[in-house]
Amino acid sequence: MHFSPGREAWRRFRRHRLAVASAAILSLMILAVLVGPMIWQVPINEIDFTARLKGPSWSHPLGTDDLGQDLLARMLYGGRISLAVGLAAMVVAILVGTIIGAIAGISRGSVDAALMWLTDLFLALPQLPLLLLVIYLFRDSLKEIAGPEMGVFILIVIVIGGFRWMPVARLVRAQFFSLREKEFVEAARALGASTPRQVVRHILPNSLGPVIVAGTIDVAAAIIAESTLSFLGLGFPPDIPTWGRLLYDAKDYLDFAPHWALFAGAAIFLAVLTINFVGDGLRDALDPRRVM
Amino acid sequence: MTEPILRVRNLVKNFSVRGGILAREVDRVHAVDNVSFELGTGQTLGLVGESGCGKSTTGRCILRLIEPTSGEVWFEGKNVTKLGRRDLRALCRDMQIIFQDPYASLNPRMTVGSIIGEALTIHGLAKTRQEYEERIVQLLETVGLNADHMRRFPHEFSGGQRQRIGIARALAVSPKLIVCDEPVSALDVSIQAQVINLLEDLQQQFSLSYLFIAHDLSVVEHISTHVAVMYLGRIVEIASARELYTSPLHPYTEALLSAVPIPDPKAKRARIMLQGDVPSPIRPPGGCHFHTRCPIRQMPLCGAEKPELRQTSEGHWVSCHLRG
Repeated sequence: MHFSPGREAWRRFRRHRLAVASAAILSLMILAVLVGPMIWQVPINEIDFTARLKGPSWSHPLGTDDLGQDLLARMLYGGRISLAVGLAAMVVAILVGTIIGAIAGISRGSVDAALMWLTDLFLALPQLPLLLLVIYLFRDSLKEIAGPEMGVFILIVIVIGGFRWMPVARLVRAQFFSLREKEFVEAARALGASTPRQVVRHILPNSLGPVIVAGTIDVAAAIIAESTLSFLGLGFPPDIPTWGRLLYDAKDYLDFAPHWALFAGAAIFLAVLTINFVGDGLRDALDPRRVM
Repeated sequence: MTEPILRVRNLVKNFSVRGGILAREVDRVHAVDNVSFELGTGQTLGLVGESGCGKSTTGRCILRLIEPTSGEVWFEGKNVTKLGRRDLRALCRDMQIIFQDPYASLNPRMTVGSIIGEALTIHGLAKTRQEYEERIVQLLETVGLNADHMRRFPHEFSGGQRQRIGIARALAVSPKLIVCDEPVSALDVSIQAQVINLLEDLQQQFSLSYLFIAHDLSVVEHISTHVAVMYLGRIVEIASARELYTSPLHPYTEALLSAVPIPDPKAKRARIMLQGDVPSPIRPPGGCHFHTRCPIRQMPLCGAEKPELRQTSEGHWVSCHLRG
């Protein structure tokens, strides 16, 4: 029996039960935040002081916050932003990391050394003060160009992605170092393959397994980083309810309204966990040597 | 000897051992030390020696997969060591290599078809998609595989089949010379014979010349017209295969030959046991490299003076002060 590579990968992925279950849950969450606000049409900022800090009920399935705002509506809306930030920041981190790691890994000597110094420099930078500075400097000008929400989104994605590419770069470089000495790369060189061809056809595809896993961890880290930024008042404006923001707002009411923090926390937890399992499954599925 | 297709002159390759914070060269590995030989068109030169004696490095230097430190490699009247990037790529169509480890030499993420077809794409050898696929099928059948193996991945094949894929890949450009870098060392004995026979058939069919690297004299005996024995980066003896096996001159060759198993349990033979290990190629012994382990050495001559490779009879060269 034999399958095309795509179907083969899908067949392997399906064998990974945890990954399939995670993919299903993750898709459900994504579907919910995309379609949910159209079905559950309660405004996210409708204040109702008669229903403050109420637990789950039929009118408010996830309860309400201290202003009586419906938490389900806020969760659905915030999920869009949190997941989008997570995925977009991962893409930025992986792109930058792979490019820098690949250039460093394929060129020996001074280029490699310079790029690794840059990587170490970024790793050594105190990130929070710098984040503060970057956001302080560029928030207003970006807001003017791309609108308040989009502007902050772009800024946060770039800032989070821009501080998370270093581990990816190191990973890719290390992979390149071992792969470029492999005999099949040498064979390609003996066939007259140019350096870009060696990289694109032979080295890069074989180095991406760990990068995908690192990438999934990055999604999780980016969601948490966005929450941190919101917590520090540097993220989205306070009236935009991202999951991190919800958690932050809920922390003072943990004693008598635990549902508030619970659902936002569970959403972050579930998203991070399922993304990691999907990453595990993908790594195994994309590795044709693995017999499953 | 017919007109040589390949001529190697005083080939030297040193690897730097770098250390310290400034990554200065602290030592040098003398992997290949002044190696010269010729390979006639349509012939097979076996290159044998222990692990780490520089035979694979020599093979890779000829293809310039490793840049030689000095020396010249002449292929059909062209000085390979002086070629620019473009000419070097063109040279890939004439010289190819088959690797030792069939598990490491095929890209696990490419189908067998695209592994074999890569050379066709690189050198623009197939004009249409159909021509491309026909050529791959033809190559697969040449090495004893089937057309429907084309869409499979390397991990679905056994070691011997993988080695056949590696051979098909090398044949794709219709080369004139193939460097076989221990092509059967990683295979079972029964598969070894199949692959060797395949290589011999291909040599007949496409009038190929082989530089056949191996550490096993019995394998080399079967396929080679000439044999060169290497020790610590230097060639110690070259002769036609028959001559080398019947009347070896160098004591190292004698020792190697005495280690070849005879498929007869009653046969008795004097086994020459060499003492000690191969010295480090970082600081090879002075004079004759072999003098530390040589059973017939005569000090101080062997330890002081480097023996030159000299011809003792037609086509038989040996580098020893005491023999020949």
